[in-house]
Amino acid sequence: MAFTVQIQTEDFDLSREVAQLRAAQPAVGAVCSFIGTVRDRNEGDQVSSLELEHYPGMTEQSIQGMMAEAAERFDILGARVIHRVGLMQPLDQIVLVAVTSAHRGESFQACEFLMDYLKTQAPFWKKEATPGGHRWVDARVSDDKALARWGIQISNASGS
Amino acid sequence: MKITLRYFASVREQLAQSQEQVDTSATTLNDLRQELIARGEPYAKALGLGKAIRMAMNQKVCDGDAALLPDAEVAFFPPVTGG
Repeated sequence: MAFTVQIQTEDFDLSREVAQLRAAQPAVGAVCSFIGTVRDRNEGDQVSSLELEHYPGMTEQSIQGMMAEAAERFDILGARVIHRVGLMQPLDQIVLVAVTSAHRGESFQACEFLMDYLKTQAPFWKKEATPGGHRWVDARVSDDKALARWGIQISNASGS
Repeated sequence: MKITLRYFASVREQLAQSQEQVDTSATTLNDLRQELIARGEPYAKALGLGKAIRMAMNQKVCDGDAALLPDAEVAFFPPVTGG
């Protein structure tokens, strides 16, 4: 079964992606998906648009590594990650993580694990437009803590 | 040895470039970072030791004490904020 990642500027369609992920896979009994979207507020300020930059090559490689790690930890059958880059507006979809498994528990867990991992390890950077000008979004310590729940200690947000 | 440097996000903006080739005698990533800081501005500000800077070598995140490899692609960037 496939573990695939795609970085793209275009929007994606959840139904189509899930249909492809579980096509001709009768062993699948559960699909769990997460979609991250652009909020119109951050750190108390209005956000009118968001620009996402990434490190081509390393991004795909790091997410493939995360999916391999998820497959080691959880009894999952497949996963699909799509992450958009470029200019986006509030309400737009940014990221999709979809996971399949025989039973729901494994796909629920693997989906959250993959998102926690992606937030702190995949080389993406957000720049937001606010009334005060453009600014790079700061990494959050709470995202490091989310990954620590899985026994992975990293400090993306803090330290030099 | 000759290596390729890549810069992303705020680091790229501060250095006003995304990529350069350098010939270095640095043996670790920290040495390399120090060598760049020693060039003065804008490197000193962009990569200064008080800044939260992450490094990758050959597209894998590495600690500063990692040994620099010949022909490596080394990237400097701020903490990641995807998802």
